[in-house]
Amino acid sequence: MNRRHWLTSAAGLAGAAAAGVWLHRAPETVPGELLGADHALGHRLRGGTFPAPSETLTTDVLVVGGGIAGLAAGLRLRDASADFLLAELEEEVGGNSRSGANAISAYPWGAHYVPLPTKESVEVRRLFERLGVITGYDPAGLPVYDDYMLCADPDERLYLHGRWQDGLVPLLGVGANERAEYQRFFDHMAAYKALRGKDGRRAFSIPIDTSSGDPELRALDRLSFRAWLDREGYQGEHLRWLLDYSCRDDYGAGLDHVSAWAGIHYFASRNGRASNAEHDTVLTWAAGNGWLVDKLRTAIADHVRTRALAIRVKDGERPTVDLYLPDENRVVRVRARAVVLAVPRFVAKRLLHGGRFATNDQGFEYSPWLVANLSLDHLPSGPGADLAWDNVVYGSAMLGYVVSTHQSLAMRPKQTVITWYWPLDHLPPAAARQQALGRSTEEWKHLIQTEVLHLHPELKGAIRRIDLRLWGHAMIRPRPGFIWGEARQQALRQHPPIFFAHSDMAGISIFEEAYTFGVKAAEGVLDHLGLRV
Amino acid sequence: MAPLLLVSVFVIATCGLVYELVAGTLASYLLGDSVTQFSTVIGAYLSAMGIGSWLSRYVRRNLVGVFAQVEILVGALGGGSAALLFLLFERVEMFRIVLYADVLAVGILVGIEIPLLLRILKDRFEFSDLVSRVFTFDYAGALFASILFPLLLVPHLGLIQTGFLFGMLNVMVAVWLLFTWPDIPGARPQRGLALAVLLALLAGFIHAEDITGTAEAATYPGKVIHAQSTPYQRIVLTRSGQDLRLYLNGNLQFSSLDEYRYHEALVHPLMASLAQPKRVLIIGGGDGLALREILKYTSVQQVVMVDLDPAMTKLFASNPLLTALNHDALASPKLHIVNRDAFVWLRDAAAAGEPAFDAVLIDLPDPSNYSIGKLYSLTFYRALHDLLKAESRIVVQSTSPLVARKTYWCVADTLAAAGYQVTPYHTYVPSFGEWGFLLAGQRPWRAPGHYPTGLRFVNAEETANMLHFPADMAYVEGGVQRLDNQLLVRHFDEEWSAYQNAW
Ligand SMILES: Cc1cc2nc3c(=O)[nH]c(=O)nc-3n(C[C@H](O)[C@H](O)[C@H](O)COP(=O)(O)OP(=O)(O)OC[C@H]3O[C@@H](n4cnc5c(N)ncnc54)[C@H](O)[C@@H]3O)c2cc1C
Repeated sequence: MNRRHWLTSAAGLAGAAAAGVWLHRAPETVPGELLGADHALGHRLRGGTFPAPSETLTTDVLVVGGGIAGLAAGLRLRDASADFLLAELEEEVGGNSRSGANAISAYPWGAHYVPLPTKESVEVRRLFERLGVITGYDPAGLPVYDDYMLCADPDERLYLHGRWQDGLVPLLGVGANERAEYQRFFDHMAAYKALRGKDGRRAFSIPIDTSSGDPELRALDRLSFRAWLDREGYQGEHLRWLLDYSCRDDYGAGLDHVSAWAGIHYFASRNGRASNAEHDTVLTWAAGNGWLVDKLRTAIADHVRTRALAIRVKDGERPTVDLYLPDENRVVRVRARAVVLAVPRFVAKRLLHGGRFATNDQGFEYSPWLVANLSLDHLPSGPGADLAWDNVVYGSAMLGYVVSTHQSLAMRPKQTVITWYWPLDHLPPAAARQQALGRSTEEWKHLIQTEVLHLHPELKGAIRRIDLRLWGHAMIRPRPGFIWGEARQQALRQHPPIFFAHSDMAGISIFEEAYTFGVKAAEGVLDHLGLRV
Repeated sequence: MAPLLLVSVFVIATCGLVYELVAGTLASYLLGDSVTQFSTVIGAYLSAMGIGSWLSRYVRRNLVGVFAQVEILVGALGGGSAALLFLLFERVEMFRIVLYADVLAVGILVGIEIPLLLRILKDRFEFSDLVSRVFTFDYAGALFASILFPLLLVPHLGLIQTGFLFGMLNVMVAVWLLFTWPDIPGARPQRGLALAVLLALLAGFIHAEDITGTAEAATYPGKVIHAQSTPYQRIVLTRSGQDLRLYLNGNLQFSSLDEYRYHEALVHPLMASLAQPKRVLIIGGGDGLALREILKYTSVQQVVMVDLDPAMTKLFASNPLLTALNHDALASPKLHIVNRDAFVWLRDAAAAGEPAFDAVLIDLPDPSNYSIGKLYSLTFYRALHDLLKAESRIVVQSTSPLVARKTYWCVADTLAAAGYQVTPYHTYVPSFGEWGFLLAGQRPWRAPGHYPTGLRFVNAEETANMLHFPADMAYVEGGVQRLDNQLLVRHFDEEWSAYQNAW
């Protein structure tokens, strides 16, 4: 026994004891910050004053907004070697598909997966081939996907009656009647999936505008999903929860606030298949759809200007857009031959003044969301089924969480980041937004922490950070009458040299729609400018 | 009376050393790395004894009474400490703190004993005489204990019973004093206490089996000679007679009595079939046993071993029992150990242009969970192509084709789907049962004409046996293990739990 050894172990002992005491008294507040669209800037856009333009730039095309739609437009323009700029108000592009990263992992801030693209999603498939998401096609013509991007098993689990079960369809303690009803419902959806309208087009398709125009089908858009369930005699509490959950997950609003057409679309539109995966497998990455954002951004990096807020768009043969650069507190005027407004309609409406056509955002209603990223010292566990990629809580206002390290090849990551999703649909959107803006960072953290620790008491003391992001206008709501109503039809109309591209034009906010609208708008621009080859 | 008290020095000394040995042994059992644990525990114990001696000066009155109290306390604490530590090991986060607190407390109490005794006896003997007698008994006791401990106590009683036994001896000294020494103030209540403690220790001694039963160490058939929790797994090494066994998370990895069958079967059908294997990759296999077999091929120039857990490779490179078993293979200058996650390493290595391997041995734990299932997936086997040449060959340990038939053939189907020509074979390993392996390569495998000399099990005849699959293990469609379906893990779970429930 040497003396130094003894001393170091004694010191270690004292240190460990001190650490024990310290850990025990660890403060309740966990570090983390509340991020969100720059509200001050947003407000300024509504009524504020800006300096006069100090410089004028010219470019062939200006894309306003660097979400998926804007990036898609940019990529298409780049492929055509067009001269263009993309202006994004935030410090990074990506919009609702942005991601973050820390020492543990990359993680999504919003969109986190894309289902296997449908046959009709031609543009998305083309992109996926280009990015290597689709690596080839098998002899039967089915796409082969990159194994590492297919969501690994186990993909979903559900917390019900104090236990986790495999899959999201509630099974624990669910009786034979309700199970029979599940079967009837899924058969019903399978029939819709195979159904074609009188025009020969698929009843429910992605992109949405490739769906059949059959009036009988479109009539489903006029009633709420709940009214349809009543009509069809789907009464089971668990089935209704599942459907309500699905709508809240995809649209940020439950059974009463989305149309039956939209509700059915969720189940009946996705006909994508893969050579090397089940048809219901999704594509996902640690950063969620932030991975796609990153690929798109890299391809057009030279054209992107971040921290550039469009404040005014003047229509005309040579339209101009005024960009406010908050870091320099000055305004640059961009003179273009065409403009793509890849922003939500309520923003487009504020930007466009006068001109040949009216921009209307009536009927465009957006659900607010809160997303929390929690950095954890160990993986969550819980009784029953193993930790999955998507972990959903039955009957909770918050949906549940996705595990960012799920796709990691490491056998068992020690630390992780989980992304908690919370659609704020307990109040009408405007009221929910106002309430959300009034909440302090600490209040949000407290709400999230309470839910997390209730579900996962074993995470006590293991939460290193809680970072939050509030999305005021996160997702367009497919309210009854919206998808096949007049407002959306009007919004679809392009007004060269002004073009519109945003997922809200589809009535449902998903990657495929945003991307396709972006590409189509860019092609409209190229046609208009005579640049298309 | 006084001479009898001198005899008690002998008892006390024996007990004191036994507690120290029990704590040291326990620490190395439970925490691993015996040299460090032993010397830290002994160091702590000795310094605590010093503190105890110093504290004894504050005892001014009622020396005999205090001495009796100390005996009761030492008996209770020292005697029960082995049981306590065993029970707390799995439950307490900072086990070390508990361990050292216990060692310090017992050490302090033991440290008080001798100085007190010296003072009690100082008027009855001449000083030099007293000192020499006390220390004679003290050293004799220590010698007695150190001989008794490894030869009789640990093998026959085990640590827990040993603890209780010597605790009782300590308390008996107190009982004797309290009942016979005249005029100890407050002797009556202390007698009651001493007897109660004695009874409690006796109960512990009798029920020691139950206590060990609840403790983890006893879930193993042999004696635990090393146990260690790493961030990845729990490593337990047991021994009974000549049989050394390794358990990872409670699952048997090998028995030293028949591991040669397993490792010869894993290594030689592959290695002997290659012309001049130079570069070999081992995935898993941190015990160095497969490596021992590989090093029998003199053509081998470099072996890369990818094993997640540095504790495994360290243990098998340093523990003399284990290095004897693996012939010190982990010390080979041809070996390059990579302590990383195999899948992550594989992708990085391929991207960094790692030269191809002639042979790849995949010796991983069974696919019992989704995490390990990744290393049996189509994606993994495909990724492996990047590190292979046309003539390279793989072997995969793939659980029991008898117990888990679908699981076994699922690994085969997966390898085939990854584009390999697959040759299944199996062998009997007594401690495991029927065990399965799969050879895979771009070209069909041909049984080797000859094997290295000195093998105990594998030869040309035995190879023919290994290739034959009786009806109850014959091919069934297993399906392909993909990352997005983890079919294999589901098969494994189903088949092994059915097997376990059947018994
Ligand atoms: C919480 C959440 C989860 C989601 N999960 C999924 C999912 O899993 N899968 C999926 O497919 N979809 C998901 N979505 C939907 C997601 O919104 C779409 O996939 C897609 O990101 C929408 O892209 P977009 O380009 O249409 O719109 P946006 O993302 O809204 O892009 C608009 C961009 O314009 C910028 N901008 C706005 N005003 C101005 C201005 N005046 N000047 C300059 N720039 C401006 C914004 O900052 C933003 O970057 C989710 C959305 C949310 C909020």
